[in-house]
Amino acid sequence: MADVTLTVDGKKFTTPAGTLLIEACRAHGIEVPAFCYYPGLSLQAACRMCVVRIEKMPKLQTACTTTVAEGMIVTTESPEIAQARKATIEMLLGNHPLDCPVCDAGGECELQDMTFKYGAHESKFVEIKQHRDEQQWSPVVFFDRPRCILCYRCVRVCGEGMDVWALGVQNRGVGSVIAPNRQDHLDCEECGMCIDICPVGALTSGAYRYKTRPWEMSHVGTICAHCGDGCKTTLGVRRSSDGMEIVRGDNRDKSGINGDFLCIKGRYAFDFANREDRLTQPLIRQAGADLRSVSWDEAIEFAGLKLREIRDSKGGSAIGVIGSNRTTNEEAYLLQKFARTVLATNNIDHHRTADYPAYASALSGKSEASLRDVGSARAILLLGNDPTEQHPGLAWQIRTNVRLNGARLYVANHRLIRLRRQATAFLQIRESNYAALISFLGGASPPAGAQNAAAFRNAVRKEESLLIVFGSEFCGRDIEALLKFGSTLPSVKFACLGDYANSRGAADMGLYPDLLPGYVPVSAAAHFTEEYSAGLPTQPGLDIMQMLDAAERGELDALYVVGANPVARYRRNGTALRDTFLIVQDMFMTETAQVADVILPAANLYEKAGTVTNTFGDLQLVKKAADRAGVRTDFELIVRLAAAIGADVKKLVPFGPRGVHADFGQARGAQSGEADRHGVWLSAHHLEPRLSPFDPFAIFDEIQRLVPAYDVPRLDLLTGNDQHLRSELVQIEKPVSRPDLVLPSNDTLFTSGSLGLYSKTLHSVLEARQPVETAAD
Amino acid sequence: MATFSTHTDCVPIVSYRFGKGATSIEEYIRLQGYESARKAIALGPDGIIAEVKASNLRGRGGAGFPAGLKWSFVPKKSAKPKYVLVNGDESEPGTCKDRLIFEQDPHAVIEGTIIAGLSVQAKMGFIYLRGEYRYLLTIMERAVADAYAKGFLGKNIFSSGIDFDIVTQTGAGAYEVGEESALMESLEGKRGIPRIRPPFPAVVGLYGGPTIINNAETIATVPHIFRIGAVEYARIGTERNGGTRLFCLSGHVEHPGVYELPMGYNLKKMIYEVGGGIPGGKKLKAVVPGGASTPALTADEIDIGMDFDQVGKAGSMLGSGGVVVLDETTCMVEFALRTMKFYAHESCGWCIPCREGTDWLKKTLTRMHEGGGVENDIDNIRYLAENILGRTFCPLGDAAAMPTIAFVKKFRKEFEAHLDGRGCPYRHATEPEPALV
Amino acid sequence: MNTQPTLFSPALAARFDKLVTLYPIKRSALVPMLLYAQDEVGYLSDAVIAEVAERIGVSELEVRNVISYYSLLRTRPLGKYHVQVCTNISCMLRGGNEILEHCKKKLGIPSKGVTADGLFSLEEVECIGACCWAPAAQVNYDFHENLTPDSVDEVLADYRAKAGNGEKK
Ligand SMILES: Cc1cc2nc3c(=O)[nH]c(=O)nc-3n(C[C@H](O)[C@H](O)[C@H](O)COP(=O)(O)O)c2cc1C
Ligand code: SF4
Ligand code: FES
Repeated sequence: MADVTLTVDGKKFTTPAGTLLIEACRAHGIEVPAFCYYPGLSLQAACRMCVVRIEKMPKLQTACTTTVAEGMIVTTESPEIAQARKATIEMLLGNHPLDCPVCDAGGECELQDMTFKYGAHESKFVEIKQHRDEQQWSPVVFFDRPRCILCYRCVRVCGEGMDVWALGVQNRGVGSVIAPNRQDHLDCEECGMCIDICPVGALTSGAYRYKTRPWEMSHVGTICAHCGDGCKTTLGVRRSSDGMEIVRGDNRDKSGINGDFLCIKGRYAFDFANREDRLTQPLIRQAGADLRSVSWDEAIEFAGLKLREIRDSKGGSAIGVIGSNRTTNEEAYLLQKFARTVLATNNIDHHRTADYPAYASALSGKSEASLRDVGSARAILLLGNDPTEQHPGLAWQIRTNVRLNGARLYVANHRLIRLRRQATAFLQIRESNYAALISFLGGASPPAGAQNAAAFRNAVRKEESLLIVFGSEFCGRDIEALLKFGSTLPSVKFACLGDYANSRGAADMGLYPDLLPGYVPVSAAAHFTEEYSAGLPTQPGLDIMQMLDAAERGELDALYVVGANPVARYRRNGTALRDTFLIVQDMFMTETAQVADVILPAANLYEKAGTVTNTFGDLQLVKKAADRAGVRTDFELIVRLAAAIGADVKKLVPFGPRGVHADFGQARGAQSGEADRHGVWLSAHHLEPRLSPFDPFAIFDEIQRLVPAYDVPRLDLLTGNDQHLRSELVQIEKPVSRPDLVLPSNDTLFTSGSLGLYSKTLHSVLEARQPVETAAD
Repeated sequence: MATFSTHTDCVPIVSYRFGKGATSIEEYIRLQGYESARKAIALGPDGIIAEVKASNLRGRGGAGFPAGLKWSFVPKKSAKPKYVLVNGDESEPGTCKDRLIFEQDPHAVIEGTIIAGLSVQAKMGFIYLRGEYRYLLTIMERAVADAYAKGFLGKNIFSSGIDFDIVTQTGAGAYEVGEESALMESLEGKRGIPRIRPPFPAVVGLYGGPTIINNAETIATVPHIFRIGAVEYARIGTERNGGTRLFCLSGHVEHPGVYELPMGYNLKKMIYEVGGGIPGGKKLKAVVPGGASTPALTADEIDIGMDFDQVGKAGSMLGSGGVVVLDETTCMVEFALRTMKFYAHESCGWCIPCREGTDWLKKTLTRMHEGGGVENDIDNIRYLAENILGRTFCPLGDAAAMPTIAFVKKFRKEFEAHLDGRGCPYRHATEPEPALV
Repeated sequence: MNTQPTLFSPALAARFDKLVTLYPIKRSALVPMLLYAQDEVGYLSDAVIAEVAERIGVSELEVRNVISYYSLLRTRPLGKYHVQVCTNISCMLRGGNEILEHCKKKLGIPSKGVTADGLFSLEEVECIGACCWAPAAQVNYDFHENLTPDSVDEVLADYRAKAGNGEKK
C-alpha cells in the first residue's frame, strides 16, 4: 500500500497507509497507552486510554481505531490527554481492590503502571468497594472479578486466537462481567492465554498465583520440553533450597517462533522439573538385590567397568543404546558417537515418531517450511494429524495466518479435526486412504467415500504457492509419493510432523542403527571415520525392537537407556530384561528405571544448554534456566561414562585450548561445565578455547562441521534465536525407511508421553475432565 | 391504548390518519394510503432522494440529521445486499411518539420503509420495536401481512418488477439498542454493543451491507411528504427544519400528551397554551426539551422556537421530542439522580468512562440525596460528568454527562442545600417550601 | 423440519422453524426466539437455553451472554403477572414512586420480589414509553396508564380475578 506522511508529537514520519495510528506511533518510538488494544486481535475502543488529539477533530480520538491519513497532525501527550487518561483510571480504581502487594500482577500490571504515570492516586470516592470472592474456573484459571477492568483481551484471545470461545461477557453496565462457558467453570484447552494476556491480576494461574513476585524471578528464554513444535518459552525461575525452581512460563515478549502463544504444556507443564520425587541420587543394584544409593563415582565406575568388560569380551554388538527424543542435539550426537566409537556398536535407536529418514531422502533438493513460514504462507495443505491436539503451536500459527492474512487452508483428514473450521475446503477420507489421497491429488480417481473431492483437488492445484504439512499417517513410500506430487506444483514447501521436543534432532543426529548424523548410511562413514579417527562399525546394528527382543531373550548383555522409557512405550515386561545389564539415565523412576541395574539421575531440557531442532527443522538454542542439586546433564554423564570405560575423552569431545590438556575438574551437578563460549566465539572467531569436556558447544562445532544442514550462520543463531536448517541434508544413498518402527505418540493437549505423567498440572486437568468424559460416554 | 392529543395549533400531517381506523389496510388506502409508494416508484431512486432532501426532513431519533442526505450516502453499487432498518426502539425517557404511530398508523411505517428501500434499491427492510411494545408487534405483523396480501410487499411490489420484504421484531429491553450500531448488533442476535465507526451504516451496516437507519417517525413522515409535496412540507417548518414533529409533552403540565406541532413552535407557548400551563398554578422550574439526554432549560430560557438549531443555540438539544416540564416543587438533585440511575442501568458497559462513571455518579447522587453528601461531591459530580463527556465509545456517555453538567451548573444551590446532613430539603421541609433557585 | 425432541409446544416449535428462515442469518432469530420461549415457558431455563443454542447454532455461552444483556429476558421464574412500575422522570414527576410504594405495600413484596403464591412479581423499571400518560405500569405486556393508587388496586384485583378464573396470562 502507498505510504502516508503524518506528524506525531512534532515528529514527522512516513508509514504505510492503512496502519493504525497506535501501531504507527509505536513503530516510531511513541508509546500510546492502551488496555483493550492488542495487536492481532479485533479492535474494541473500549478502554479509552489511547485517546489522542488529532487536528481538526472536535473530540479526542482513539489511536487504536484511527488509521493514519496523509498530513494528519497528532498529539499523544498533553495536559488535556493526561487528564482524560487520569480520569479513566480514577473511575476504574474506584472499585479496583488496591491489593497490589499480594496481587500476582503487582510489578507487571498495566493498570499499576498507568496509575503511576498519570498520578491517579487520590480516590474521589467515599463509597465502599464491592468485594467479590475469587473464583476458580479450572485447575489453571482463577478469576478475581473486582480486579477486572473489562478490556476483553481474554475473551478475544480465547475466541479469535484459540478458536475455543470459552469466555464471554455477561450482564451490562457496571454489572458486566467476564464469564466462563460452563456457568461456573471453564471447558477449554487450558492454554492460559487469557491469563497471560490479562493486563491486570484478574485472571491468574493455579500454577503461579501467590508464589512469588515478578522481580524475584530470573527470566530465561528457552525452548519448551514437550511437543515437536519447539515453542519458545520464557521461564521465570527462583532460587529454592536445592537449586533453581521454575515458577512460570510465558512468551509475552513474542520473541520466538510461536509469537505469544503457549499451550498448557509450554506454560504450566514445566512442573515435572520441580517434583519432589526426582531422582537425585545415583543408584545401583548388585546381584538381584534392591537398589541402593551410591556416590556418583561409584555408580559411573561400576557401569563403565561392566560395559568395558562386555565390550572387550563379547564385542560391541552385545551392547545396545537407546537415545531420547528430549535431549539436545549435542547429547544425541554425543550418544551416537559414544556408542559407535567407545562401545563399538551400531545397536542404537530411539523411539521414532515420524519417518524422518524417508522424509530426508525424499526432500533432497526441495524446500522445507519453518514454523515461521506457516504464519505467512498464502496457502496450506494439511494432511493427517490433528494439530489442535498434537501440535498446538502449529495450530495457532495456522489459525493466525488464516485470520489475519486470509491464508487458505485445505484440510484432508479421517477425523473431523477442529482446524476444519478455519479451512477453505475440508476433505474427509478413510483412515486407510492416505496413500490413495496422494495419488488422487496427483490425478487418479478419488479415494472411496470422499465427498467433493474434485473441487478440493482443483482448489489445491490452483494454488501458486503451497505449504504441505503432513502427519505420521505418512511413512516410507507415501512420503516419497507426496513430495513427488508436491514438486509438480509451482512453488511448494513441506513440513513433516513428529512428536517431541527433539525428535527431529534425534533423527538428524543419527540415533539409528543404520544411519549416522545427517542420515549418512553407516556403510559409507568415510568422513566420520576420518573425523573420529576411529574405525566405525559398518554393519547396521539392531533397531529398538530387535534390541528389546534380544534383551528379553537374554541375548543382549547390556542396554544403556538415555531419557527414554521403552518398557512403558513398547509395553514390555520389565522383568524380562533381568539378564541384561541395564543402565538408565533419567529424571524419574520410570517403568524402565525400576528394572535397571544402574540409575543415573539426569537433568532435563530446562536444566541445560545446547540446541534442539523442532519438527520443522528450526534449530533453536536451549538455555539453562533451572537447576536441581543431585542431577547431571546427559552430556556430562555420557562423557564420564566414556572416561570410566577408559576412552580418550578428548577424542569424544574436542575440548581444551589447542591441544593443551585440561582435566575434568569439578562439575556442580546439573550446572555442568558450560563455558560462555558464545562471547568468546564472537570475539575470537577461529581461536575458540575449548574449555571443558562438558561444553555442548564443543560438540555443536563438530555437528556444524559434519552435518551440512546444521551449518547455519552461528551469529544469526545466537542473535536471532531460531534458524531454519539448510536444506541440503547429507545424502549418500537412499536410506532404508522403516515405517514399521514409527510409533506416533498421539498425545493430546494434556498428555506428553512419559514426561506428561510427571506433570501435576496436566494430571489435575485430566482429572477435572474425567467425570465429564464418563458422562458423555 | 395510547391516546392522541390535539390543540388548535396542531398541524396533522403525520397524525393525519390517527384515530381514523387506519390500522385496517382498506381504511389506510381510502385515506390516500400507498399512493406515495407508487409515486416513489415512478420517481426512481434519485427522484426520491431529491424529494426527501427538498422537504428538509431531519431525523426524529434525536440527532436531527437530514434524512435525504443520509440516504444519499448509500453507495449505488454494492456487492452486499442493502437494507432499511426502522428504529422503533423508542426508549428515551420522556418520549412516546413512535408508539403512537405504530399503534394508529402502522401502514405509514411500512410505506415509508418501502420508499426508503426504493431510494437505495434495498430489497429488505426491518422494523425493530422495543421489547416493551409487544402489543405493537401484533399490530405491525398484521399490517405487514395485509400489505403482502395486497402485493405491496414481497415479489414485484405494485407490479413494478421490484421485490421488497419486511420483517418485524421486537427487542428485549435495552435503551442502548436504540443507538444505531447497537441496534444492528441486536438485530444480528448479539448483545447491544455499539460498533466502531467508521465505517458508517450507510456503507457497512446490517450483515455487512449498506443500511439506512432511521427513526420510526422519520420513516412514517416520508409517505406524507410525498402525499402533500416536499415543498409544502418544508414550508410548514422553519429554515432547515422542515415540517412538523410529534412533541411529547409530559410532567407538570395540565394536559400532557403527544401533539403534532410545526417545527420551531415556541416552547413557552407549548407549555402554557398547548399544555394548559402548570397544575395548581405553580411556578415553572425547568424544562427538559428533548428527552432525558438533553440539558434542562431554566424557566427564563424557554422563550425559544423548538427546532434543532434554535434549541441547540440555547445550549440544549431538540433530541427525541420529549418535553418534560418540572415545576418549582421538583427537587433537582432527585431529578438528576433519577436521570443518572437510568443511564447507569442502561449503559452497555463497554467503555470505561460510561460504565464506571455513570455508576459513580449514581452512587454519589444517591448518597447526596439521602443526606450523606460532602462538600466535594458537587465538584466531583461535575468532574466525573465532564470526564465522561466526549470520551466514551458512543453518545450514551454524553447523554448521561450533558444533563448532569447542566443540573450542577444551573441548580448548584439545590445541590448545596443537600449538604446539611438532613437529606433532601424537599422532603424534610414540609412547609414552607424552600425557594432555592 | 425439526424432528428432534423439543421443549416447546408444536406451535412454538413451528414458529421457530419459520423464524430462522426470515433473516439473512439464523442468529438474527435469537432475541425473538428467547422472548417467545420465555413467554411460553415462563423463564429461560437451562434446558431452554440449550435448545435455543442448538436451534440457532451458537454456544450456550453465547446465548447466556445475550440473555444477560437484555432486561426483559430472565433466567428465574417470576410471578404469573409481572407488575412493572415506571419511575423514570415523567412518571416520577406525576407520582410514579408513590405508585411503586403502593404496589410494594399491596403485594407485600419489594421490587424484584415474587409473592408467595407466585401470582405477582414486582419490578421498578425504566421508562416504558408512556410518558404522556404517566404514571404508568405494565403488567406482563399490557400497559396501564394514568394510574392512581385506587386504579392500581383495581388493576391488581382484575388480574387476581383472571387468575381465579384459570385464565392464562
Ligand atoms: C444511546 C442512544 C439511544 C438512542 N435511542 C434511539 C431510539 O430509541 N430511537 C431512535 O430512533 N433513535 C435512537 N437513537 C439515535 C440513533 O442512533 C439514530 O441516530 C437514529 O435512529 C437515526 O434516525 P433519524 O436520523 O431518523 O433520527 C439513539 C442514540 C443513542 C446514542
Ligand atoms: S458510552 Fe460506552 S458503555 Fe456507555 S453505552 Fe456507549 S459504548 Fe456502552
Ligand atoms: S486501546 Fe484504544 S480504546 Fe482501548
